[in-house]
Amino acid sequence: MFIDFFYTLRKHGVPVSITEWMSFMEALYNGYFQSSLNHLYYLGRAFLVKSEAFYDAFDLAFQEYFGGIKTEKLELDKVMEWLENPLHRLPKLSPEEMAELQRQIQEFRNTHDIDELMRQFRERLKEQKERHDGGGKWIGTGGTSPFGAYGFHPGGIRVGGESGMQSAAKVASERRFRNYRNDIILDVRQTKMALKKLRELKREGLEEELDIDETIDRTAKEGGEIELVFNKSRENSVRLVLLMDTGGSMLPYTELCERLFSAASQMEHFKEFRYYFFHNTIYQDVYEDIQNYKKVPTEKLFSNFHKGYKVVIVGDASMAYSELFDINGCIDYFYTNDKPSLEWLLRIKEHFPHSVWLNPTHMNFWGHYTVDTIGKIFPMYELTVDGLKDAVKTLSSRTKSIRQLSEMSA
Amino acid sequence: MANATQGYRGSEDYIASKPLMEIVNVAVALGKPLVVKGEPGTGKTLLAHSISRALNKKLIVWNIKSTTKAKDGLYVYDTVQRLNDARFKDKDISDIRQYIKLGRLGQSFKSEEQLVLLIDEIDKADIEFPNDLLNELDEMSFHIHELDEEVVAKHRPIVIITSNSEKELPDAFLRRCLFYYIEFPDDEMMERIVKVHYPDIESKLAKEALKKFYWIREMDGLRKKPSTSELLDWIKALALGGIHLEKIGSEIPFLGTLLKNEQDTDRFIKLSSAQGGFGFKRRF
Repeated sequence: MFIDFFYTLRKHGVPVSITEWMSFMEALYNGYFQSSLNHLYYLGRAFLVKSEAFYDAFDLAFQEYFGGIKTEKLELDKVMEWLENPLHRLPKLSPEEMAELQRQIQEFRNTHDIDELMRQFRERLKEQKERHDGGGKWIGTGGTSPFGAYGFHPGGIRVGGESGMQSAAKVASERRFRNYRNDIILDVRQTKMALKKLRELKREGLEEELDIDETIDRTAKEGGEIELVFNKSRENSVRLVLLMDTGGSMLPYTELCERLFSAASQMEHFKEFRYYFFHNTIYQDVYEDIQNYKKVPTEKLFSNFHKGYKVVIVGDASMAYSELFDINGCIDYFYTNDKPSLEWLLRIKEHFPHSVWLNPTHMNFWGHYTVDTIGKIFPMYELTVDGLKDAVKTLSSRTKSIRQLSEMSA
Repeated sequence: MANATQGYRGSEDYIASKPLMEIVNVAVALGKPLVVKGEPGTGKTLLAHSISRALNKKLIVWNIKSTTKAKDGLYVYDTVQRLNDARFKDKDISDIRQYIKLGRLGQSFKSEEQLVLLIDEIDKADIEFPNDLLNELDEMSFHIHELDEEVVAKHRPIVIITSNSEKELPDAFLRRCLFYYIEFPDDEMMERIVKVHYPDIESKLAKEALKKFYWIREMDGLRKKPSTSELLDWIKALALGGIHLEKIGSEIPFLGTLLKNEQDTDRFIKLSSAQGGFGFKRRF
């Protein structure tokens, strides 16, 4: 029963598992849904969807599957009512502004036949089954629409432009959860799991753990007189510095980098976590903000952070030859550098032996000369879950000096 | 089954939307934990309190902190106490049972009657925490190694789990739960909520206040949007301060109860002067 719905859900990207489907079926069998589509919608959602990020996809799937079934007429009428009175939800208006709005609406009604519009709208509701992105549909197209234009903003009407209202359950087609769709967060967890491996447990802080071996030992030595020995509990002592490229060539990978960044910053288990940004490659300054306004001298990294800090650099490492090797080679015309970038990169590697470079581009594109050079300085990994795992392994292991690395690659 | 619609129907001081009520009832009937997510101030924690009051069942709260371990909720074996007692021979230490202290989850399993167990802010804990509770919540039983005993729930407790989505919960965990996302209440719902808390309030004052409240919430770029609890505080302040209705129209008295940090207050002043107090500038 309904097995097609299961596949419809999966087709729309809702990660439904068989366990969840089975408990949904069990509830269905026990009659909790009271043969009502509304119950089916809400309860089905509670059983099958486990993140608000998928509520929207669920709505779409629900519409597609149950879309043809007629339910309470009331819902559609209510939408129509909203359309006719877009003003009743606005904040308080002064009489002049109210008059101005009325005038504009009236003008709109004069130029467009409102009944004709309503008819079109109804028609569109019937026709539209799938999501339509973009295009000149008249609902939700900002300036040209009477509804978007006057700040009419109940959840219901945002529907208009993008999805149909072939109303099975009103809410499904309202797609109120579209804003919660957040495909970025989906992989943050995986990233976090990989980063979690990055730890060095050291005994620090208050003595609060009972050291059983030592207690037994001492007690025995005291001839049975119990001697309790406490130990400091173990804490992660990893300090991490993240340097991220914000250059134009990194644009396609923004999302990927955001994922890494949000995973790293949400991790509470690092002793310290710092991040800086740079443009294409690193010169005498790095930046505290993405827009590259707040300068921090690179020199400061060396004085503020000792060599125990682990450094992760994220960038595509491909740039003009001169940017890496030349004095004043920086791509920004207003920026001069008296040392080539290469020198700074070498200094970073020397100062922070535990450092890696994560490259969001695929390994096949690493043939570029600058990528190759940087790859000789820093161990370079792909910014994928596997690459990240390897990078973390490298960061945690005893590191090799540059010389050893170049000998290896030679 | 008819009793799914009976049972929980919200309580005197808590307004639950209809879908939420039904999901609570199904969760109770099936004995499955219910994961509740939503913006701060949408009443996630209060839901459990409300269920406990409405169904007249005792509530056990397990507040999760970043240091909480799954095992803490089951039981703790107090070795130190036992060793200490062994030093002075005034107690019989052979009975290990007296040093096993049940945690919150353990207590709710052992109870003679059905309880409501609230696991509050599960996302505060370590990322692996929910996985460590998989079996316990599924089977509603656990094993005490020291006694070699199985603790099985006499009555499956009604488990409500809240999360602020600081961390995502693992799939395997979610698969075993029901999930509900509490949306921020719309103005009708909010009016009912305000009425429940302040039954004597003038309805005109409440309406004006709500209008302003949603206007502030829709402003762009606020770091922390005011939530239900802030609205309630604000209305209380308005009522106590004896503010006239006309005043709310033109300015916001007691702004500090709604916006809790300086940047937001600055931003508010900037926006409200730029928009002339209407807040629909961008929509033209």
